[in-house]
Amino acid sequence: MTWFKRTGWRHLIAVLVAVFSLFPIVFVVSAAFNPLGTLASSKLWPTGASAENFQHLFDNTAFAHWFMNSLVIALVSSFASVFLSFSAAYTFSRMRFHGRRVGLLALLLVQMFPQFLAIVAIFILFTDITENWRYIGFDTPAGLLLLYMGTALGVNTWLMKGFLDTVPKELDESATVDGASHVQVFFRIILPLVAPILAVTAMLAFIGTMSEVLMANIFLRDPESKTLAVGLYGLVAGERNANFGMFAAGTLLTAVPTVGVFLYLQKYIVNGLTAGAVKG
Amino acid sequence: MTTPSTTSSGSGGVTGAGSSGSPRSGLPGQRGSDSKPHRPADYRPREITVGFLVGRLIALGLVAALLVFGLPPLIRTDNWIGVGVLVAAGAGIAYLYLSRRHVPLKYLLPGTVFLVVFQLVPVILTVSTAFTNFGDGHRGTKEEAITAIQTSSLEQVAGAASYNLSPALKDGKLVFLLVPVDDKGEPLLDQAKVGTPDGLTELPGLTDANLSLTKQLSEVPGYDILSKPDASARGDEIANFAVPTEQGAIKSSGLSKAVELTSVRDYDAACDCVKDTKNGKTYTADAKNGYFRSADGETIAQGWKVNVGLANFTRIFTDKTVSGNFFAVFVWNFAFAAASVLTTFALGLLCALALHSPRMRGTKIYRVIIILPYAMPSFAMLLVWRDMFNKDFGLINNLFGWHIDWLGEPMTARMSLILVNLWLGFPYMFLVATGALQAIPRELTEASSIDGATAWQGFRRVTLPLLLVALTPLLISSFAYNFNNFNAIKLVTDGGPYAIDNATVGATDLLISYTYRLAFGGIAQLGFAAAVSVIIFTLVAIMSIIGFRRSRSLEEVYS
Repeated sequence: MTWFKRTGWRHLIAVLVAVFSLFPIVFVVSAAFNPLGTLASSKLWPTGASAENFQHLFDNTAFAHWFMNSLVIALVSSFASVFLSFSAAYTFSRMRFHGRRVGLLALLLVQMFPQFLAIVAIFILFTDITENWRYIGFDTPAGLLLLYMGTALGVNTWLMKGFLDTVPKELDESATVDGASHVQVFFRIILPLVAPILAVTAMLAFIGTMSEVLMANIFLRDPESKTLAVGLYGLVAGERNANFGMFAAGTLLTAVPTVGVFLYLQKYIVNGLTAGAVKG
Repeated sequence: MTTPSTTSSGSGGVTGAGSSGSPRSGLPGQRGSDSKPHRPADYRPREITVGFLVGRLIALGLVAALLVFGLPPLIRTDNWIGVGVLVAAGAGIAYLYLSRRHVPLKYLLPGTVFLVVFQLVPVILTVSTAFTNFGDGHRGTKEEAITAIQTSSLEQVAGAASYNLSPALKDGKLVFLLVPVDDKGEPLLDQAKVGTPDGLTELPGLTDANLSLTKQLSEVPGYDILSKPDASARGDEIANFAVPTEQGAIKSSGLSKAVELTSVRDYDAACDCVKDTKNGKTYTADAKNGYFRSADGETIAQGWKVNVGLANFTRIFTDKTVSGNFFAVFVWNFAFAAASVLTTFALGLLCALALHSPRMRGTKIYRVIIILPYAMPSFAMLLVWRDMFNKDFGLINNLFGWHIDWLGEPMTARMSLILVNLWLGFPYMFLVATGALQAIPRELTEASSIDGATAWQGFRRVTLPLLLVALTPLLISSFAYNFNNFNAIKLVTDGGPYAIDNATVGATDLLISYTYRLAFGGIAQLGFAAAVSVIIFTLVAIMSIIGFRRSRSLEEVYS
């Protein structure tokens, strides 16, 4: 009884929660390898094993294209947005200037207007852009990237500013005294110090972008320019029963890069998420 | 309070990666200072390093690229305002990155530009749309509406001219070669015409030799008459081709006939009205609502965009069908966001507490499993959950042998949604709570237990308050996020289930999904949807600001 009181209950909770978090994933795995490939025939435990669904996915859809599009868009946009956001956070944390307070508050407020509510306006805006500059208009990854950059500043800036505030100012002051310019302080002193946190933020942005379906759905209309989220959504939007196996297979393949990066960066994640918030 | 930039003014210089980082010269007057003795004594000129030059060159190159790629299309379309804005922006950027001053702006500008163009401008456009009747039937200007009314009212009136048609190409552009036919169907060759989008021109000097067996023009010098298959390939183009005439237009009827159509409705500028020659009604322009309206109250569907002032906002609160929906949706919306935050935080915290013990073994493997849902692509998992709840083939009914229509009943659909959101969201809270727990010194709980507090009291009185101080900002952002969690609703229930008598709002609709349907489902009411968006934004902003005020986390801004 004392064992249970001490650590037993901890294991009990952990096991129960583990079951809860695993069972939809097990279902996806078993549906992906289910030879029949329909929703009705999918069970929690695999009823057979075949790669047929994966085969169908590559033969009947532009899955490889979708995968590459998503990977490129998500990688570029996560790194670019983290860089933009970090530059802003560096300024807000280290410099004092007119409009600093207003700027911080404005960032918080603008972020609360969901970008997608402005979708009509965005549509009109990009219709104009498409007419003038084809290569950053509709159906181009570059255009979608630009659109995602619009949300780069925001919550992340706040989190990073919070974290930067915990890095002692003496570090950059001593560098400045030694003759470093602000750019050198930025790239050589601060950036290396907070690299793990930046990696975590970039990873979260990466996962978010991989899952983004609303904007991309309106933006990318050409089958080969679609992202994974848009393409897979199209698979089950209409024929949900018949295509379920293919959809599950696609989900599994989509999860490979995200889960991989996640596990790799796992030990940094806890610090990265809370560093900004916990200092209070 | 804020002070003007001091820390780094004068230490500027965009130095690139190749910068040698040579220290600032401590000796005044090494470079040029001698010739300017009136400078302050502590003035130290900056050396022009390689990195400094490289940085400036990169900045100039980017500005040049922006202008080279951006300007030509604007010049081509005579968009001189656009040209002015772009040139000014280029000049501003060049100045900013070439000068040594305005250091904070150098770092803020890139992100801010994107924020302004792709977030702020759309938001402002949306807000301004909220004061108009923009939507289906009210998209363009009044002139566009008049043109649309005239072309859509084209009708074939009795005794209208009819033609034998030969679609042809002239310099690669489609034209109609038209031979009028009399009542007996005989062609009147001397009145043959060429129809272009600009109007009709005579086509003289034709003889019977130019006619085919079907009495159409088969050969005309200077024109490349389309063969039947070629013509059908351009079927859409031919069907949409209109040759304007005095009464209306000549349009094709099939690929070998054309008829003159008369527009039944005509705009009369004198009375600012549209006259319908068929039913004899006069539709007067209603400039306030953007409609042509007849004396008996009938309106023409095609209207134009006008400012309607606060009408959209008052409609939210006065229109019974809308305000009834709005309030019910708001209550569920609030409950959904609150329940999502509470359940995810409770479960996440429970896990974090369970694993937060030095005696605990296997924490690594538990932790990996618990954060797995967070790493899975969320859009796909939402769809998987939707299908697990499916009544006929869903996993949950299959496993337990139930026949519950989970997403078909309002209450079960709501519970299902909160469960799905719990699954997606608790790993985040687990991570966050773990981090916060690790930051609380163990001595505090130890001290409380020495003082005789039970484990529960220690948690309730010491750990939890400290946790909440740290995590409140994240909880508030989580609330704001879930308040507008469009994905979860759209992908799992699509707002349903719907009552039989009300197809505009479902039992699980959030304000945002309700707005989405108003804007894009059926007849688009974009102006009204924009007004609802503004209201949502205001609500979320107010709730968040109250939250932040109470948690005092905004104090950070003042530091």
